[in-house]
Amino acid sequence: MIAHHETEARELLEALPAVTEAELLALRDRLADSAAAQGVLDVAYRTLDTPVGSLLLAATEKGLVRVAYEVQGHERALESLAALVSPRILHAPARLDAASRAIDEYFAGRRRTFDLPLDFSLARGFRRTVLSHLPDIGYGHTASYAAVAAAAGRPRAFRAVGTACATNPLPVVVPCHRVIRSDGSLSGYAGGPAAKQALLTLEAA
Amino acid sequence: MTEHGAMVLRVCRAVLGGADAEDAWSETFLAALKAYPELPDDANVEAWLVTVAHRKAIDVVRAAARRAVPVAAVPESSSAPGADGRDLDLAAAVAGLPRRQREAVAYHYLGGLPYQEVADVIGGTAEAARRAAADGIAKLRKTYAAAAIGEGEDR
Repeated sequence: MIAHHETEARELLEALPAVTEAELLALRDRLADSAAAQGVLDVAYRTLDTPVGSLLLAATEKGLVRVAYEVQGHERALESLAALVSPRILHAPARLDAASRAIDEYFAGRRRTFDLPLDFSLARGFRRTVLSHLPDIGYGHTASYAAVAAAAGRPRAFRAVGTACATNPLPVVVPCHRVIRSDGSLSGYAGGPAAKQALLTLEAA
Repeated sequence: MTEHGAMVLRVCRAVLGGADAEDAWSETFLAALKAYPELPDDANVEAWLVTVAHRKAIDVVRAAARRAVPVAAVPESSSAPGADGRDLDLAAAVAGLPRRQREAVAYHYLGGLPYQEVADVIGGTAEAARRAAADGIAKLRKTYAAAAIGEGEDR
């Protein structure tokens, strides 16, 4: 009897004006603005369409903290940001304007280096050391895992270099795609082998 | 957080209506954002959001009173009109309920809180909350049905 009443009441209330997607998006934007103004927006994110698919871009107040390919799962990337950086995450494109512009320019062939502020919170220890050496591999060039290991000060740690590249939180911007096998084959890539090939082809043009 | 946005907006609209509801929504999620890192992992996020929304709704009403903006007994809804206008009649009917009934209906039916938790938010016992919601629904059925029939005759 009670359950019956509950269902009927719910049916009645369904006639209330629906909450539209547009209304929620407008509220979300407004929330992002006030959160940023009050300093409680720890991680801002947006997605960006590129020739290698949609990229998730996320930034803290320090700088770009995450770039994730669609194949890596944007939701998963956001979840790990929530767990490892801060749960105060909102869709807030404004903080990513400069990064988006730079990445657009890169894919248009008009940019060869990134000078964006970066936040390496998601990489630790030797992995972080490896990542800090990757920008030394110039645009259009490649290096072997062994060469990167040597540059990072641990010549025998080429496997660890592989792991550092595979777990690079900032692909594209921190050019792990320029690290290939000594025999010249591409090996794996966070965005998939096709994306790695696409970036190297773009840079070779 | 985004998954609860629609629910909280429905609750705020039922309790406040119009632009005040959007203010309460924003304040609720801003407060949630601030408190979120301290929220226990096993917390019931919906219940917690509804509780915050309740407090923010009270704040919004108080702020409006301080600004000396006349608060009509039946707040006008700024929501987009429905295709046939029927849903606006229901929104107006909800707005016309006594405050406790409106809150009980909103928190239980739109917020999904069990009556005990509704009682924790609005005060009183679970049984009183259940009765307030039931009375509210009964009144809605009456006024809303009357409005719907009235409209039918107009056409």
